[in-house]
Amino acid sequence: MNYQVNENGYYGTFGGAYIPEMLYPNIKELRETYLEMIADPVFKEEYLGLLKDYVGRPSPLYLAERLSEKYGANIYLKREDLNHTGAHKINNTVGQILLAERLGKKRIIAETGAGQHGVATATVCALKGLECVVYMGEVDIERQAPNVARMKMMGATVIPALSGSRTLKDATNEALRDWINNPVDTHYIIGSVVGPHPYPDMVARFQSIISEETKWQLLEKTGNSSPDYVMACVGGGSNAMGMFYHFLDNERVKLIAVEAAGKGVDSGESAATTLLGKEGVLHGSRSIVMQTEDGQVVEPYSISAGLDYPGIGPQHAHLYATKRAQYVSITDDEAMNAGLQLAKLEGIIPAIESSHALAYLDKMKFKGDETVVICLSGRGDKDLDTYMKYFNL
Amino acid sequence: MNRIKQTFEQKKGSILSIYFTAGYPELNSTLNVAEALEKAGADFLEIGIPYSDPLADGPVIQNSSQKAIENGMTVKVLFEQLKDLRKRVSIPILLMGYVNPVLQYGVERFCASCAEVGVDGVIVPDLPVYEYEEMYRSCFESNNLSNIFLITPQTSDERIRKIDELSNGFIYLLSSSSTTGKNLAVSTQTEDYFRRIKNMKLKNPAMIGFGISNNKTFSKASEYANGAIVGSAFVKLLGCENYMEKIPEFIRSLKEG
Ligand SMILES: Cc1ncc(COP(=O)(O)O)c(C=O)c1O
Repeated sequence: MNYQVNENGYYGTFGGAYIPEMLYPNIKELRETYLEMIADPVFKEEYLGLLKDYVGRPSPLYLAERLSEKYGANIYLKREDLNHTGAHKINNTVGQILLAERLGKKRIIAETGAGQHGVATATVCALKGLECVVYMGEVDIERQAPNVARMKMMGATVIPALSGSRTLKDATNEALRDWINNPVDTHYIIGSVVGPHPYPDMVARFQSIISEETKWQLLEKTGNSSPDYVMACVGGGSNAMGMFYHFLDNERVKLIAVEAAGKGVDSGESAATTLLGKEGVLHGSRSIVMQTEDGQVVEPYSISAGLDYPGIGPQHAHLYATKRAQYVSITDDEAMNAGLQLAKLEGIIPAIESSHALAYLDKMKFKGDETVVICLSGRGDKDLDTYMKYFNL
Repeated sequence: MNRIKQTFEQKKGSILSIYFTAGYPELNSTLNVAEALEKAGADFLEIGIPYSDPLADGPVIQNSSQKAIENGMTVKVLFEQLKDLRKRVSIPILLMGYVNPVLQYGVERFCASCAEVGVDGVIVPDLPVYEYEEMYRSCFESNNLSNIFLITPQTSDERIRKIDELSNGFIYLLSSSSTTGKNLAVSTQTEDYFRRIKNMKLKNPAMIGFGISNNKTFSKASEYANGAIVGSAFVKLLGCENYMEKIPEFIRSLKEG
């Protein structure tokens, strides 16, 4: 089975580039240049150099002993939370800023939900001295205030998205509209494995460093580079795709993708896309989308701003359709408790997004000596306010 | 013969097309507005299918779409309303909408419904050329539907030729790369671009759209193309009280200043 994109931009029946003609020249330029640019040794050296010295990679692969003891498995955490800016998002923005530079772009735009991608974009723009505009839903601006302040400190302009549900989906619409209106000097740094081809593939490649490192780290620690399970949370799906990437063709490794069930999959307030969605087109690609019978996109809900998205990347839709990965969901309450548990057992406060992946451990049965890798996609600093309110801290 | 072709062949002078959102301002206003526009002198109409995430649209059309959805407009309801279309309206009608609602309704069913009620063409801004050719073209053509493509100042000559080849109604020339509802600022660059297209001697007629809001921009556009399309400026009018009474004057002032 082939899990990668074909030359027309499709993963099976998912993907493509459903974009208005106004965006065609930009998408065509990216499509024709991204593979060559990424493969260029000078690009590679600069990318890997920044990941090492600026981001702080490789991120540790940490054997969480007390957690392992509780669940009866060897549970490793891939510590993306220790990256500069506190999440996996920066692996992608470092790559894309170097691309933008090579394309001669002067202005960068981005969308953000939790603010982690916005911060990671503002960061690399400061690093390169490029203008940065970040679109963020008005609702998210409220629930992720520290990240808004961080973006501003680094010189970015944060524009509230006031349309629709005023969360990530709407911020993405606004960013795409900005790009339509500024087609020549602007590069759009999409924050997940979504959007028109080649974005899903490009972002997956930049995030694939997560599984690339995991393989040699596991080999070093255990003498075996293939774990039994690999788990990650899915908003658009970039940390999960990075975590799965180098295990896709090793069918013995079971892949588990955890979506946000919000208040429960039947509550009407959920973001469990594979369960509640149908095939459709959102933000430029054909994938699985939460929508009404009439094709109107449904407003999702999750306590975690980063998972509050009504779609998933087209490669995830393909992994779901081919059953290569298992898609499951976790409620707000389950995630919050898993976050608190990790803090108590391991002294690590995870992002609420990552807590969703951790929470699924409760629903698994292990045979004893199995090895599990969980992508700890981000740290919980940005979520302290939510944790405080939820637990009355 | 397809009504769109007929209009371009028979009409002397510049052609005026008006866009408005179905189900806006009221669920059942769609056909009344269409009828009034024909009476007032519009040459053809684009009826927008509302969508929750209209990427190519500015705030005016976004808001009209949201209101129309709240009013209960869906693709199914629209085709119900259009059952009487050809009893009441004789000018060409295009449906303009985003690809997802069309996909959910079913592409074949959509084309068949268009043909059944007498729709002449379709504009789907986020349906790209590749996907159109691979998956949709035969269905459009067998139902005698024109598919209208957009081009912008950034579209290469080679691609314009290809789009001209695939088109069978007219080509939608965007005055600039922008979302809907910005005012057209005619610079020497825009005029160079309009002139470049004119000199390409395309087989299809061209209409200029996005940013046309008054007689001045309409006349300017008509110098370089067969006519122009007015959207946001008209949708704004539909948001006013007594909008039906204001339609004749709106069309007159567009045409005559
Ligand atoms: C820490 C963290 N994890 C996960 C996500 C979800 O994004 P993705 O599914 O693309 O990894 C986000 C998004 O903001 C995030 O901040």
